[in-house]
Amino acid sequence: MKKILVSVLSLFVLLMMLFGLKNYFSTQTGSGVSSGKVLNLYNWGDYIDPALLKKFTRETGYKVSYETFDSNEAMYTKIKQGGTSYDLTIPSEYMLEKMKKENLLLPLDHSRLTGLKNYDDRFLNQIFDRGNKYSLPYFWGTLGILYNDKFVNAKDIKHWDDLWSTKFRNKIMLIDSARDVLGFTLMTQNKSVNTRSAADLAAAQGKLTTLMPNVKAIVADEIKMYMAQEEAAIAITYSGEAAEAMSNNSHLHYLVPSEGSNLWFDNIVMPRTAKHKDAAYAFLNFMNDPKNAAQNAEYIGYATPNKKAFQMLPKAIRTDQQFYPNAKVVERLQVYDDLGRKWTEKYNDAFLEFKMTQR
Amino acid sequence: MYKKIKWSYLYLLFVFILLYLPIFFLVVYSFNAGDVMQGWDGFSLKHYNELFADTRILEIIVNTFLIALLSSLLATVIGTAGALYIYNQTNALTKNIFLSLNNILLVSPDVIIGASFLILFTVVGFSLGFVSVLLAHIAFSIPIVVLMVLPRLQEMNQSLVIAAKDLGAGNWQMLSRVILPVISPGILAGFFMALTYSLDDFAVTFFVTGNGFSTLSVEIYSRARQGVSLEINALSAMMFLVSLALVFIYYVISTRFAKSKKRGTRLVLPASEGL
Amino acid sequence: MHAWRVMMMMPRSKKQRQLFYLVPYGAWLLLFVIVPLCLLVVQSLMTQNGHFTLNNYAIYFSSGTYLRMTFNSVWFAFLITIITLIISYPTAYFLNQLKQKQFWLLLIILPTWINLLLKTYAFIGLLSKTGSVNTFLNLWGIAPKQLLFSDWSFLLVAAYIEIPFMILPIFNSLAEINPRLEQASRDLGANKWQTLRYVTVPLSMTGVKAGIQAVFIPSLSLFMITRLIGGNRVITLGTAIEEHFLVTQNWHLGSTIGVILIIAMVITMSITRDRVRKHSRKRG
Repeated sequence: MKKILVSVLSLFVLLMMLFGLKNYFSTQTGSGVSSGKVLNLYNWGDYIDPALLKKFTRETGYKVSYETFDSNEAMYTKIKQGGTSYDLTIPSEYMLEKMKKENLLLPLDHSRLTGLKNYDDRFLNQIFDRGNKYSLPYFWGTLGILYNDKFVNAKDIKHWDDLWSTKFRNKIMLIDSARDVLGFTLMTQNKSVNTRSAADLAAAQGKLTTLMPNVKAIVADEIKMYMAQEEAAIAITYSGEAAEAMSNNSHLHYLVPSEGSNLWFDNIVMPRTAKHKDAAYAFLNFMNDPKNAAQNAEYIGYATPNKKAFQMLPKAIRTDQQFYPNAKVVERLQVYDDLGRKWTEKYNDAFLEFKMTQR
Repeated sequence: MYKKIKWSYLYLLFVFILLYLPIFFLVVYSFNAGDVMQGWDGFSLKHYNELFADTRILEIIVNTFLIALLSSLLATVIGTAGALYIYNQTNALTKNIFLSLNNILLVSPDVIIGASFLILFTVVGFSLGFVSVLLAHIAFSIPIVVLMVLPRLQEMNQSLVIAAKDLGAGNWQMLSRVILPVISPGILAGFFMALTYSLDDFAVTFFVTGNGFSTLSVEIYSRARQGVSLEINALSAMMFLVSLALVFIYYVISTRFAKSKKRGTRLVLPASEGL
Repeated sequence: MHAWRVMMMMPRSKKQRQLFYLVPYGAWLLLFVIVPLCLLVVQSLMTQNGHFTLNNYAIYFSSGTYLRMTFNSVWFAFLITIITLIISYPTAYFLNQLKQKQFWLLLIILPTWINLLLKTYAFIGLLSKTGSVNTFLNLWGIAPKQLLFSDWSFLLVAAYIEIPFMILPIFNSLAEINPRLEQASRDLGANKWQTLRYVTVPLSMTGVKAGIQAVFIPSLSLFMITRLIGGNRVITLGTAIEEHFLVTQNWHLGSTIGVILIIAMVITMSITRDRVRKHSRKRG
């Protein structure tokens, strides 16, 4: 009994110490501050240069309370259900459209925004948010093929259809996303990636099933690790992931098939629950500044939609066709729109059945 | 006899190597000069420097441990009470119903638990943050405590309880002098399992957190898209070493304790004379 | 002083004592189990528009995909439990013979405090084609093998995660066995194996049962390592639930699968319980 008492007591002391430390840190980082000069930013983990957050606090006096999510869907559920108030968050384009439809976003007051001219016109006024009423682009990128030149000859892989080649038996790694995998299959059949035709979808599913012998695994964020470790010869993944993998293995190359691919955007939006609008506008304007946007792009390694920031990047990055493809390729890229619940389910059911195909 | 012991040591060695292999892997790579857990670019402490400069991560660690210790402590208390209640149930059917209800949270996938707790908290109008995360962690840790304590109760020698009762022990005496000491290994096991559950949980915490509160798991999972940096390895290595040190301190204290207990009768007398 | 105050709070009769235990535990049951359970059942019986329907169950039971997935889940959970049990029982048994066993037990639990995702990443590093295991095999002249994305690697990592949860209850029940019983058995002429078979194992069955429950039940809904280590070659119900709750946002179908998992759990519980009862009858 004495022993139990001693351990409970020491646990108690430990807890008190932790409470003290917590208070110390929260005054330092600004989390847990519910009122006053604060900005609640809801973002992907490690998706902004922390130095920029410090600079923002220094310049404007707003402390940044930074919370993180790991998928668009999880973020959406949190915002929709309420109980929290985030001032800014960063969804991908299809999720932005969905949130917009469900009135989860506040329109941006353009008169309070500066530096809109800095953006590249090609990346404004997109189908998912005409006139950028609700959002500003944060980063953009593509879906493409990442391959290892040790195992794959560059001329063997140029198009989506090449993936079906018998040369690549058990060599391909797919991203675990219904939209993307069905998307490139639809593209090989000259169909829209946003098709709402049951026949098109069934045809795509049929074709996709024949890809199975070539598929080694269906994975997600870990693709960059596997590819850097040469676990597979080919992977279908996003440009951001590819850049990460390539920085760790010089044998890797990324290509966007010339027939087209997906163009994705991550965008900053203001959720309906935003409480600190002044802070939010201050942050938007801060990120519109080319110097800050360029610094962020260099830190994250994704492509920036900010034209002035792009011009400030080192030449090696600017001329990299893999991540800043030329105008001709960009023209052929397709943006996902929100399919709505019924069709999202159909795409996912088709993909689930594909995953269950015996190998 | 000698030979048998040796084989069993060999087997245990194998199990310990299996359990610690991935952790050594993580620790070794925390000293990598490169940025990924692959290849070896030379020894460097740069990830440790990054870690100590990152006040955000340091705050998150404090949060994580605070939640883990507090929630497993409370879950152990409530879970032990629950185990005692179920144990004292004489009706087999009620017992089964309670046990099944108890295990529902163990079987439910984290997403379901997280989503339903989120609904629960928002419907009640509870503000999301430290307290909601704490409540959620207590909630999903209770069943494992019950599961660890209950077998100890069932194996408890009934004659002990009856003897204590015959000797006129009250309820509290019975609990503190007879039952709790007997089931204390189960309680301890429950506490540690609760700690494990709490430290490891991502999905439930994610759904019920808010207002800038975050734990280590949430942070690590949400970094997956950008790639988890070796800074997190350095952090895990530190956590691992600190826990290891604590366990060794426990070892030293308990061996001392055991020794002094043996000499106890001799030691007590002079001590009380001195008073 | 403190003890005295608690004593005053402690009720005298058995009924009151039970109430004392029930209040905190019952409050938890009600708030965090029964209410969410009702929510889940109601959700599973509703259409997207809020009407009553059995359609979700019909979808589940008429779909080959889901039935196969259920079979997969049960089969792999079964395998994981068996493997874990085979590794854990001897471990718990030998640990129990050591001096300072609590210390060694803590060392078994310690690895579980490191984040699961990180440990999984470490396994990817160990098992990948250029990873440590293959490098090691290479030293012996064995060509690199495909280790990841196989059923075996999935089972290995899943068992790795679950081992401490199995060792702990078994160890506890072994520690409880009176050493005199084993001595008596040997004195009566039983050899080591007979003692183990007829004395130790039956007496540790409650621990084994608790271990099986603590491993089998959560294994039914594993999902992260099915993707990271299994490369989605193994698909369990956990994957489907994850998808329905997050991606397609069809919480109704997700809830249906959740209800089915809970029913599977109740079945598991009653199976493990019956066996023990038979045992005690034999002994009695």
